[in-house]
Amino acid sequence: MAKIPVDELAITHAYGPHLSENVRGKTTEQPDKLVKTHCCFCGQQCGIQLKVKQNEVIGFEPWEEFPFNRGMLCPKGVKRYLQGSHPDRLLTALARDPSSPSGFRPMAYEAAIERAAREIARLQEAHGPGAVAVLGGASLTTEKTYLLGKFARVCLKTPFIDYNGRLCMVSAGVGNKKAFGIDRVTSPWADMLETEVIWIAGSNVAECSPITTNYVWQARERGARVIVQDPRITPIARTCDLYLPVKPGRDAALFAGVLSLMIEQGRIDREFIDAHTVGFDAVAEYCKQWTPAHTAEVTGVPERSLRAAAELWGQARSSFMLHARGIEHHSIGVQNVLGSINLVLASGRIGKPHSGYGTIVGQANGQGGREHGQKCDQLPGMRDISNPEHRKHIASVWGVEEASIPGPGVDAYELFRKIDAGEIKALVAFCFNPKISLPDSGFVARALDKLEFFAAVDFFLNDTARHADLILPGSLQEEDEGTVTQVEGRVIKINKAIDCPGEAREDWRVVQDLARALGRPHGFTFSGPREIFEELRRASAGGISDYSGITYEKLEAQMGVFWPCPAHDPASGAPTPDNPGTPRLFLPDSYNPIAKGAGRFYFPDGKARFVVADYRAPADDVDAEFPLMLTTGRVVSQFLSGTQTRRIGPLVKQYPEPRLELHPRLADKLGVKDGDWTTCETRRGTITVRAMVVTTIRPDTVFIPYHWAGEKSVNRVTVAAQDPMSKIPQYKVCACRVARAAAPPAYSTKLEPQQ
Amino acid sequence: MPVPAQLQFFVDPSRCIGCQSCVQACSECDTHKGESMIHLEYVDRGASVQTVPVVCMHCEQPTCAEVCPADAIKRTGDGVVQSARKPRCIACGNCVVACPFGVPELYADRQLMMKCDMCYDRTSIGKKPMCATVCPSQALFFGTREELEELRPQSTPTNRFRFGEQIITTRVKVLAPKTKAPPPLLDVTAAMDDRPEVRHARLRVLGGAPAALPPADDPFAEVEV
Repeated sequence: MAKIPVDELAITHAYGPHLSENVRGKTTEQPDKLVKTHCCFCGQQCGIQLKVKQNEVIGFEPWEEFPFNRGMLCPKGVKRYLQGSHPDRLLTALARDPSSPSGFRPMAYEAAIERAAREIARLQEAHGPGAVAVLGGASLTTEKTYLLGKFARVCLKTPFIDYNGRLCMVSAGVGNKKAFGIDRVTSPWADMLETEVIWIAGSNVAECSPITTNYVWQARERGARVIVQDPRITPIARTCDLYLPVKPGRDAALFAGVLSLMIEQGRIDREFIDAHTVGFDAVAEYCKQWTPAHTAEVTGVPERSLRAAAELWGQARSSFMLHARGIEHHSIGVQNVLGSINLVLASGRIGKPHSGYGTIVGQANGQGGREHGQKCDQLPGMRDISNPEHRKHIASVWGVEEASIPGPGVDAYELFRKIDAGEIKALVAFCFNPKISLPDSGFVARALDKLEFFAAVDFFLNDTARHADLILPGSLQEEDEGTVTQVEGRVIKINKAIDCPGEAREDWRVVQDLARALGRPHGFTFSGPREIFEELRRASAGGISDYSGITYEKLEAQMGVFWPCPAHDPASGAPTPDNPGTPRLFLPDSYNPIAKGAGRFYFPDGKARFVVADYRAPADDVDAEFPLMLTTGRVVSQFLSGTQTRRIGPLVKQYPEPRLELHPRLADKLGVKDGDWTTCETRRGTITVRAMVVTTIRPDTVFIPYHWAGEKSVNRVTVAAQDPMSKIPQYKVCACRVARAAAPPAYSTKLEPQQ
Repeated sequence: MPVPAQLQFFVDPSRCIGCQSCVQACSECDTHKGESMIHLEYVDRGASVQTVPVVCMHCEQPTCAEVCPADAIKRTGDGVVQSARKPRCIACGNCVVACPFGVPELYADRQLMMKCDMCYDRTSIGKKPMCATVCPSQALFFGTREELEELRPQSTPTNRFRFGEQIITTRVKVLAPKTKAPPPLLDVTAAMDDRPEVRHARLRVLGGAPAALPPADDPFAEVEV
């Protein structure tokens, strides 16, 4: 029974989101200690020091020695400390109880664990192991994600585990593996400072990865040119050298058009292409159809801008190509990524000084969270769950029969389709709020209602957990230690600042308690994250993302270690305890365990792959009925589904509620004025928010940020189309129509802005 | 301990991304009593995402102090203009009206004017101000002149401003694009009289003989509605 127990408003009144204070107590209060750790939010993972007094985080102090951000923080980092000691914090387990005014009643932790185990066992006995699914999150430490993957496959024996990184960087992951054989950014951001051209494709750097801004602009101070490809003039686009106002979803076409010009003008590195890549001819043949006129027509980028891009990118001696969700959140997300990679490979500027390529990951542990086993098709070390040798290695580390490890499961959205179809009966979700974060979320809510048993583990009652039968109180990032891998591929150490309050537990304890209650504790008796990490090191050894040479001590001493960092030299097999890690990939003399010296890329022949990046129009494209494009994204003061940031008072004040951005020419045509209640309608439904009339967006496109719940959630109307390979949803474009609302929406009088 | 003379505060509005990190961090500073002393505004959000952060410029002859009837505003020897002193401030608001940069604010609940004091609790013990430490775009920069020249080769710092008849010299410097002959001062009131040119994205002309570039004023000119 996973239906919302009582009226949602009553749940909101009881469990929030309510707002924290602006600051905690007196800012003059002296802390007992300062804990060096990292921000809990995005993939930049800025170093920060938390002020701790009497088991409470009372403030922060910049950590200027940490090399990535040197004290810099975005507003979320500054106020992140306010998520602790929060009135909404879950201090006990909760059980669904329609007779309680709030819909839930507190339950003793041990009893809740016993009940969860009973329900899981009952449903697995009746319907088989695959009747239970696990969802994880990319905000969890790598230790936790490793343990979750093991829990699903060894304890529950279900193939059905996936995670919310599915909504984030999987298109980049697939594209990177297809082209390079490895899924990681090539270079530390510091390499950007001396580069000549930076191409930012579909990344609102200033709002989604603010610390990267200073790297881009410091490079510009030294003469770098900046190209920005985006349907909106974001703060990073405002002063760029070349702005490419691309229509949402047309990125692969744009890349092909620019590459076509570069080939025509002879601005490609033939020598590099011949020596280090395969597949160029097919790509060149494909690009022929992308003449400047045709490309301009499809992408909405003027021909002269395409030529300027080919000139800038073609002439550079060093360059960085950076992309993010803007090109990845598409049903051709992988093609868009491959298109950008083709431009990089054709330029020959990879594995060279001051040159780099990569995706800017969005989630805290977006990188580490996808490497070690909560992804439905992977085992630890970025191993393939369908590869018998890979399975054998992991089985030996886990002490189980290879045959007992289930095969590949399905992506997070497909998992909900299986719930809807009645194949999956029970769900255990950690740190994932799909009711806000998945597209066409009305479907997700209906599927949740069909679950026979749903246990959610989180520190606040998130919007999805309102459907749960049981909520187990998990840990905030500052209540546990572990590692994460940030945007550059740098593994870093998260340090514990305080103990979990009340009956809340570190998430790894919750997993182990469930395993014990299920009567299968073998392999789930770790004493803590350090011990989990030691097993993860062995599990990852020999894999592509090899962490075997990383220790907690090395992480602290070096302020992070770039993977791969094998404990043994892959060529000679000799121990390499002092291996400092690998900041740069694909250097001329580099050795990797796949190519074994044949070349610098992670394929047996050592060569990178050009792959034809085939453009197709988006699913749910515009037509006469729905003539406009809706695109979605973030604002700087909120994060993901807002479970944390919509509870932090000063962040809510900064941008309280979602607004619909539209161009004044469109607004005039529609009769919409700045601040008007405006309805955006798609084939799934409608959302009504206030209008924000700005010249900084394409006049055929509207934008709504996605961090809010219920009627304010734009994912109620986005389309559930997915990339066939990465399974990433097409968040960044769907067809819509917009009109001035006849009346304010019902929520405007019932709810506070953050609710 | 005074704020060392060689440590200077530089503001480069062209770098500002409007993220409000400075605003949020300012309220965490001990001397600011949970309030933020920074003003961060869009110039015209309808036309551009350009924002401008305003910290106290710490004038050599502070207008706020000159107009204060209670002599509540002090400029310390290191050139930092402090918030009004509680025992003297009569909350008349003269300083709020008079400051040409619009910095001081009156807190009615406290009957006190408070303003940016360059995080005196931090800068007087050798730390950087909170805002300049956290600023992700380093639009707010605190350091030596030498560090600045190394990091910002395309900018010139200036600290003389004209507001009508009044010429003001400040401790805090604003970065302007480097020109052959830097202007002796920034004429703020004259700039306010200029009709601002609407420029959505600045497009530099490339070296060599580039193809015609898109018009600088409206990159969406060709998009049909």
